[in-house]
Amino acid sequence: MRIHLSSIMVDDQRKALAFYTDVLGFLPKHDVPVGEDAWITVVSPEDPDGVQLVLEPDSHPAVRPFKDALVADGIPFTSFAVADVAAEHERLTALGVKFTQPPTPMGPAITAVFDDTCGNLIQIEQMA
Amino acid sequence: MPNVAGMADEDDPLFKALADGTRRAILDELVARDGQTLFELCARLTTNRGLASSRQAVSQHLDVLERAGLVRSRRQGRYRLHDVDTRPLARIARRWPVPGTGAAPQPDAPRTRTPDTRTPATRTPHPEDES
Repeated sequence: MRIHLSSIMVDDQRKALAFYTDVLGFLPKHDVPVGEDAWITVVSPEDPDGVQLVLEPDSHPAVRPFKDALVADGIPFTSFAVADVAAEHERLTALGVKFTQPPTPMGPAITAVFDDTCGNLIQIEQMA
Repeated sequence: MPNVAGMADEDDPLFKALADGTRRAILDELVARDGQTLFELCARLTTNRGLASSRQAVSQHLDVLERAGLVRSRRQGRYRLHDVDTRPLARIARRWPVPGTGAAPQPDAPRTRTPDTRTPATRTPHPEDES
């Protein structure tokens, strides 16, 4: 058994696809209409055959209160690995991305937390 | 009514807030960086200090610090951020001035006891001391 999909709940799938590709730099993998929504996944250019991130609509009534509570306390529910947190922080800040936590040493790692504009906080992590 | 040991006064919330190592560590981490979310504070307490308090416990510690005026929380957009406010600590130095730190006693502070022992390291020399 292996992990091949991981989901993130987004408030607008089209906006999310633009952010996760144009800003973060992931590649679109699937974009298939499903009723009013779509089955949209992205992958990392560093691992195009690897785990797909599903951009899942957050329209279920239980999701928004859950997301809001996490965001209020600054909790990222998803984490991406990067080679250089400081460089990503600089690159993303220049693109207008807002960070709730700048690059900070956390034990053996350096982490930072940003807002994905779709209702989620995302952690980026660099292992020392 | 004379003061008795254990009698509460207006500084109680301040001293209760300070009388806990985790809360003092929270203040240390906020001095290192203001405007932290609960998540960042918890991560710092865990990785920098080896404290394994739950987020709920840290949240309750923040409430105690807020009641003492040592922490202020503000809403910025969708996030709740915490800032340190050390101003209440000045009340301690006003109440018990520390010689040589520029913290002068309040003019109307009651003088209950005239110092009768010499403490050369901390006391300002006075001509009468030479007699």
